[in-house]
Amino acid sequence: MQKKVMLGNEAIARGAYEADCRVAVGYPGTPSTEILETIARDYRNIKSQWSPNEKVALEVVAGSSVAGARSMAAMKHVGLNVAADPLFTFSYTGVNGAMVIINADDPGAWSSQNEQDNRHYARAAKIPMIEPSSPAEAKEFTKIAFDISEQFDRPVIVRITTRIAHSQGIVELGDKKDVPLKDFERNPKKYVMIPAHARPRHRFIEEQMEKLREFSNKSELNRIEWGDKKRGIITNGVAYHYVKEVCPDDSVLKIGFTWPLPDERIKEFAEAVDELYVVEECDPFIEEHVKALGFKVTGKEIIPLLGELTPEIVDMALNRKKPLSDIPAYSDTVPGRPPALCKGCPHGFVFEILAKLDVVVNGDIGCYTLAVLPPYSAMHSQGCMGASISMHHGFELARGDEMARNSVAVIGDSTFIHSGITPLIDIVYNKGTGTVIILDNRVTAMTGHQDNPATGKTLMGEDTHELDFVALVKAIGVRRVVKIDPKNVEEFERVVREEVAAPEPSVIISTRKCILMK
Amino acid sequence: MKNVIFAGVGGQGVILASKILMEVAMNAGYDVKESEVHGMAQRGGSVDCHVRYGEKVYSPLIERGTADYVVSFELLEIMRKLDFLRPGGKAIINKLQINPAPVEAGLATYPGDLDQWLRSNVKDVTIVDAEPVLSEVKSKRALNIVMLGILSHYLEFSLDQWTAAIRGMVKEKFVDMNLFAFEKGRALASQQ
Repeated sequence: MQKKVMLGNEAIARGAYEADCRVAVGYPGTPSTEILETIARDYRNIKSQWSPNEKVALEVVAGSSVAGARSMAAMKHVGLNVAADPLFTFSYTGVNGAMVIINADDPGAWSSQNEQDNRHYARAAKIPMIEPSSPAEAKEFTKIAFDISEQFDRPVIVRITTRIAHSQGIVELGDKKDVPLKDFERNPKKYVMIPAHARPRHRFIEEQMEKLREFSNKSELNRIEWGDKKRGIITNGVAYHYVKEVCPDDSVLKIGFTWPLPDERIKEFAEAVDELYVVEECDPFIEEHVKALGFKVTGKEIIPLLGELTPEIVDMALNRKKPLSDIPAYSDTVPGRPPALCKGCPHGFVFEILAKLDVVVNGDIGCYTLAVLPPYSAMHSQGCMGASISMHHGFELARGDEMARNSVAVIGDSTFIHSGITPLIDIVYNKGTGTVIILDNRVTAMTGHQDNPATGKTLMGEDTHELDFVALVKAIGVRRVVKIDPKNVEEFERVVREEVAAPEPSVIISTRKCILMK
Repeated sequence: MKNVIFAGVGGQGVILASKILMEVAMNAGYDVKESEVHGMAQRGGSVDCHVRYGEKVYSPLIERGTADYVVSFELLEIMRKLDFLRPGGKAIINKLQINPAPVEAGLATYPGDLDQWLRSNVKDVTIVDAEPVLSEVKSKRALNIVMLGILSHYLEFSLDQWTAAIRGMVKEKFVDMNLFAFEKGRALASQQ
C-alpha cells in the first residue's frame, strides 16, 4: 500500500476520489480551500468548480446528486451559514447519488470572523455528521460519508477543524472505486418540496435519523478504547489525540459519528467508569447530550469554551500539570507580528486615502479587512460577506444624508460577486445614495489566489467569460461608475471626494492586480 | 519521539522546511504528524509549524515545554516559542531581523538585546547568520533549506536521506541550488 504525507484537506480530496465522487463544488475559505484545489490539481476526472458562493455551490451539488452522481461541496464554517437555506431543505429531499458536505470549522478564529460550532447544524437540519481526528481518518471518513449518504438517503456533513484541515500526517492510498451514475427518476414527491410533499418527507427523515441513531451505536466510527476505568473521557476530533497524548492510561470513547450521537455506547461507557469527562472543542455539544442521558459529567467547567484546545490545555485541565520550561521570562515586551497588507498592496493606496479623508468605512471579508489595523486604522464595521454594502445603506437610513456624504463601503472583487450584488440592488431600489468601492485586485487573494468569475479562468484552469463589473453595476441602475487604478493616488482621491459628495448611488471600481501575482 | 518547531514570518518557507523533515522521517520508518497555519495568519504575520515523529504520534501539536528543537528563521520569532522548549531543548536561530508592522508604524520597538539575552538565558542555543550563505547560493529563498541543513546536523538522519527528500520536494530547476544551500547549512552547524 502506498503511503503519503498529506494535509488533512488533501486527504479529503483523496477520499472523494477513491469514493468515485464525480462533482465537487465550493467557495474558497480558510481552512477549507485546499480541498477543491487538490481535486482540481490531482483528480482531474472529477468535475470541480468554484461557485460564486456557498449557497450556489451546495445547490449545484444537490442538483448533481439528484441527477445521480456522487457529489461533494466544501466550505468553511461561515460558508455553511450562507448555504443554510439549501441545507435545511435538501435534508428533506435527500439524495440520489451521494451528497457529502465538507464543513471546516475554525476554533481559535485563526482566519475567520467567529468560532461557531457547526455541529449544531447537524442536529438542526437533521443531517448525519461525522468527524475525523487526523488526515488518515479524514480520507477514510470521507469515503464512508459517501456510502452513508446513499444508504440512508441523507446528505452527510463531514466536520473538520483547522487542526485537521491544516495538519499533515501519513495517509495510505487506496484504489478508486467504480460507482456508476445512478438513474435519474422523475419523482416530484421527493424532489419538489411543496408543503404537501414536505410533510411526509419530514416524517421520512425522522425515521431515517432514528435508523442512523442505531447505526451510530454500532458504527466503528464511535470506538471505546478501554484503559483504566477510574477515569473515562469522551472526546472527538483533534481533541482525541490530545487526550491520548496526555492521558494514555485512561478509558476513552472516541466519537467519530457525531450526529446522531451513539447514546447506547455512551451509556455503556459512562456506566463502566468511575469518573466521566468530556473533552471537546467549542460548545458543550456532546456534554449536554451526556447530561440529558442522566450522567454526571465534567466538561466545560475545566475545558475552555473559547478558542481551540491544545495538548497543554488538556494536560492542565485533566492532570493539573503545568508545562516545564527552564528559560526565564523575557523582561521586555516582544512586539506582536499581526498580519498586514503586503508592501505595495493595491488596497494600501485606497486605505491611505480613506484614512486621510477620515470617512466612515464599512468593510468586508478579505485581505483588506487588515486595514482596520495600523497604519491605516480605516475600517469601522465588518461582519460577513457582502455586509459592507448593506450596512452602508443601514447607516444612511439611520443617520441620513450627512452620514452618506461622509462614508463608503469597501468590498473585494470576489466578495462582491459572492454577496455584494443584492445589497447594491437594495441601495438603488430603495433610493440610497452611498458610495461603494470595489477593491478589484483580479483574484481571490486572502485564501491564496483562487480564480473567480471576474478572472476569466475556472478552477480547472480553463478560459471562461470574464465578468464585467462596470456593465453589471450599470445594469443594476448605478449611473455613477468609475473604474480607476488606485496607484493614481491624486486622481483616486479626487474621484472618492466627488463620488461620496454626489447625492446618488456610486461605485468606484479600484482595479489593480494583487502585488503577489506575477 | 522528536518534537521540532519551525518558526518564522509568512513567506520565509517555514511550511516547506517542515514538509521536507516529515518526508525524511516517514521514509526512515517513523510515524509523523505536523500542524501549520494558512490564510489570514500568513499575511506577513508570525508563522509556525510543529513537526513530530516517532513510533506512534497522536497530537499534531507539540505540548508546551516538550519541544526538542525550535528552529527560528528570524530573531524575534524565537521569543514566541521559547516556552515550547523542553528543559535542555535546543534553539537554532537565524539572526535576521524583520520589523513587524507595529514597529514599522512606530508603535513598538524591536528589542535590541535579543542576541545577548538568548545567549545568556537559553542553555543550548545556536545563533547563526545565514546571510553569507544565501549570498553564496544567490537566493534569499533558500533560507528554509539552510536552516534545515543546520538542524540536520543534530538529527539522526543521513545526508543521503535528506538529499533524497529535497530532490523529491523542490522544483527540478532549483534542486542543485537547494542541495548546495543544505550542505552549506549543515557545514555552518558543524562550525558552531
